[in-house]
Amino acid sequence: MSLMQLTAVELGKKIKAGEVSVVEAATAALDAIEKRDAKYHCYVTVVDRETVLKKAAEVQAKIDAGELTGPLAGVPVAIKDNMCTEGLLTTCSSKILGNFVPTFSSEAVLNLEKAGAVILGKTNMDEFAMGSTTETSAYGVTKNPWNEEHVPGGSSGGSAAAVAAEECFYALGSDTGGSIRQPASYCGVVGMKPTYGTVSRYGLIAYGSSLDQIGPMAKDVTDVATILECIASHDPKDSTSVARTEEEYRFTDALVDDVKGLKIGIPRDYLGEGLDPEVKESILAAAKALEAKGAIVEEFDLSLVEYAIPAYYVIASAEASSNLERFDGVKYGYRAKEYEGLHQMYKKTRSEGFGPEVKRRIMLGSFVLSSGYYDAYYLKALRTKALIKKAFDKAFEKYDIILGPAAPTTAPKLGSSLSDPIKMYLGDIYTISVNLAGLPGITVPCGFDSKGLPIGLQMIGDCFAEKTLIRAAYAFEQTHPYTRANVEE
Amino acid sequence: MKEYETVIGLEVHVELATKTKIFCGCSTAFGGAPNTHTCPVCTGMPGSLPVLNKQVVEYAMAVGIATNCEINRKNIFDRKNYFYPDNPQNYQISQLYHPICVNGHVDIQTEDGVKSIGIHEIHMEEDAGKLVHDEWEDCSLVDYNRSGVPLIEIVSEPDMRSAEEVIAYLDKLRLIVQYLGASDCKLQEGSMRADVNLSVREKGSKEYGTRTETKNLNSFKAIARAIENERNRQIDLIEAGEEVVQETRRWDDNKEYSYAMRSKEDAQDYRYFPDPDLVPVSIDDAWYDRVKAAQPEFRDEKKARYVKEFDLPEYDADILTGEKKLADLFEATTAICNKPKKVSNWLMGETMRLMKDRSMEASDLTFAPENLAKIIELVDSSAINNNVAKEVFELVFTDNIDPDQYVEEKGLKTVHDEGALRATVEQVIADNPQSVEDYRGGKEKALGFLVGQTMKAMKGKADPGMINKLLKELL
Repeated sequence: MSLMQLTAVELGKKIKAGEVSVVEAATAALDAIEKRDAKYHCYVTVVDRETVLKKAAEVQAKIDAGELTGPLAGVPVAIKDNMCTEGLLTTCSSKILGNFVPTFSSEAVLNLEKAGAVILGKTNMDEFAMGSTTETSAYGVTKNPWNEEHVPGGSSGGSAAAVAAEECFYALGSDTGGSIRQPASYCGVVGMKPTYGTVSRYGLIAYGSSLDQIGPMAKDVTDVATILECIASHDPKDSTSVARTEEEYRFTDALVDDVKGLKIGIPRDYLGEGLDPEVKESILAAAKALEAKGAIVEEFDLSLVEYAIPAYYVIASAEASSNLERFDGVKYGYRAKEYEGLHQMYKKTRSEGFGPEVKRRIMLGSFVLSSGYYDAYYLKALRTKALIKKAFDKAFEKYDIILGPAAPTTAPKLGSSLSDPIKMYLGDIYTISVNLAGLPGITVPCGFDSKGLPIGLQMIGDCFAEKTLIRAAYAFEQTHPYTRANVEE
Repeated sequence: MKEYETVIGLEVHVELATKTKIFCGCSTAFGGAPNTHTCPVCTGMPGSLPVLNKQVVEYAMAVGIATNCEINRKNIFDRKNYFYPDNPQNYQISQLYHPICVNGHVDIQTEDGVKSIGIHEIHMEEDAGKLVHDEWEDCSLVDYNRSGVPLIEIVSEPDMRSAEEVIAYLDKLRLIVQYLGASDCKLQEGSMRADVNLSVREKGSKEYGTRTETKNLNSFKAIARAIENERNRQIDLIEAGEEVVQETRRWDDNKEYSYAMRSKEDAQDYRYFPDPDLVPVSIDDAWYDRVKAAQPEFRDEKKARYVKEFDLPEYDADILTGEKKLADLFEATTAICNKPKKVSNWLMGETMRLMKDRSMEASDLTFAPENLAKIIELVDSSAINNNVAKEVFELVFTDNIDPDQYVEEKGLKTVHDEGALRATVEQVIADNPQSVEDYRGGKEKALGFLVGQTMKAMKGKADPGMINKLLKELL
């Protein structure tokens, strides 16, 4: 069996036991990337072998010296390309940051490095995380390791595919409207979006600041809990970062196969029109499996579900239109070659540097914030967001967990989504309200459709209830162990 | 010609005296090589995030309380979006929807008595960087050292009617802010900047005329000139049957002329919205009460107290309290030597003369009150005479020397030995027979000359009273 089939925690144990060296693990990962990435194109940037192996040797030395003892010490990782990495190209899959090398690393990456992570490279994504297929990347599409004719989902498609294609042991993604959970579902891996404020956003290049959250993507729930335990922290550099109790940060304590008495609600609205029957069947079967383990499952009306998409696209686009203003050709990144005067430099740089989906959202966001429309769109969307949070609060008075699909269908074919953006936006219906309400959500693989494409089960918890989610996901996983994609060794 | 009334409102920006910037830990110190007081936050690097400096809220609140404002207990920052290279993120973090202070007022003294000027609001925001045009390379460079320096903007109601009222209002604000220690308020260095909104209307009219905003006013004199100029420009337009255009104008103080920068039609849509990177700051009662309790004694109270407690003339009290630094020096020195009128004389006399010679502001004074107190003691005990005292004070003023030590080392103490002085006086009389004759002939002036000659011979260290006495005796 190839080393690459190991989960992050399994590899960490072998490294600790001296059965595998960090250099061996890193070499195996680099070999896998070399062998397979031309096919799947999970990475925008792969760190050169010499640098990776040097770092691997350093980490090994620290492990040998007893300085690094954590479960992820020495385990190679892939980072989504919207997280700053000091000295390493960080493009957000955009031409406008095509030459951008950050001077500092994001807090989540620093936390991983402190725990002995070895960074393999930066994964492909939708440009500035805007998209659901990773097709809006300026650096080519990523292919789904289960079927190369299909997308890996997005925006963290590169990270999801890198895990599924065994081109890394685990990855970090970011989730603004489903960008971890949906690609995890499409690629048959586990992905988690923590409660807003759990993982520092410092160094994460912002898309929708009030919605963005970094989270883990890996082969199983144990990995995801372990990674989250490592990256979650209270960071004074991020004003929206929340301080939680020590006990709350011990996510791995929740890796218990016990859902007895757990109250699970399935929103009827999540099972209605638009949901692929095969996906529906698989989700209901998963609910049955949890029920069989002693959980109490019932359907209920969540309400306001149909308002989540318009509210999300107003808020996220508004924030994005402002967040992306700094990419202007003045300080870093791409600058148009020829221009006359400042105004034209701005205009040409941004016209040439941004792709069509980013431009669409900048225009949408600028419009909803413009004078005379602010109240009608932006303020109304904020009020809707507050109402959606209330609807969830009410649901969590009754249920410990809300269960549903992560996406209405399995991964669509490459090239079939971008021509109809509204349809693409509607695909975010099950994931988006989680970001609006700041809640944690997890996707675990729960089956396949008739084409053999993975289906993901999404579970949503109340704010700060990651441990409940991890427990339920772990218990479900016992009934449904990880299935490898058929990647050639 | 009809009679016109000028209606003026002010937008005053004050740079706060925090050690670090509003949203990062960089230094706010003035000067410094370009881009040395910067970090990822104040240069708008991708992924960086702002964290509010609470001291900014504290200063803004203190100014609000001192100007009788209501304090908004929940503070939200908004982004003001506009593209310009001095603004690294292309949005400025400011407050639009919920400014920290609203509905205040300050009282100013006018010819017609006390007048209340309304404060519409005070809000917190960040300063921008500075563009420098390189003539040689024909390119523009940007220095982000000022980017993120905290500002408050104090917006008045359109309650002022003349340049005199504007100056009185600005002076009032300056003193309030200086007394709070919230800023040094130097117009020349830009730590206090005023934009003038001005319109004219026929006397008696209830409607406001169309207003213009004039920027780039770097001194009280420039403000007064710009107001006069803009008032006349608008009246000329109206008299000629033309319309005043709502626009922003830039004042050129050398040419004493303003020109239009942009009109209302060009006004940008700033697309303000709450900054999602910052959390609302709540001001609870404890915090508010603490800031309120820490309000210092302001100028009017201080002035009254100086007259009452130290028996100073009204004139002295007015000048001393007109600069926080002078008042501080006065109180500290008086506390040591307990001679208020003498301290006042030194501050209003020699100190202000030396400041004027060197075009310094009170805030630039660096000498220690202990050293001024020592000089006063030296004079009072007749250890040195007045001329020597002035000479020593100049060194205190420039280098803060220790007067006791200096007088000792340089041997500047007045000679009180009558024997030695008598000998010198006798010598002077012997050397100047003409003057002696003149004096004896009734020319009183000649005595002054002989006193001067004696003092010269004594190298300035003699007691002039004693010289006089001896001369008269010997002549």
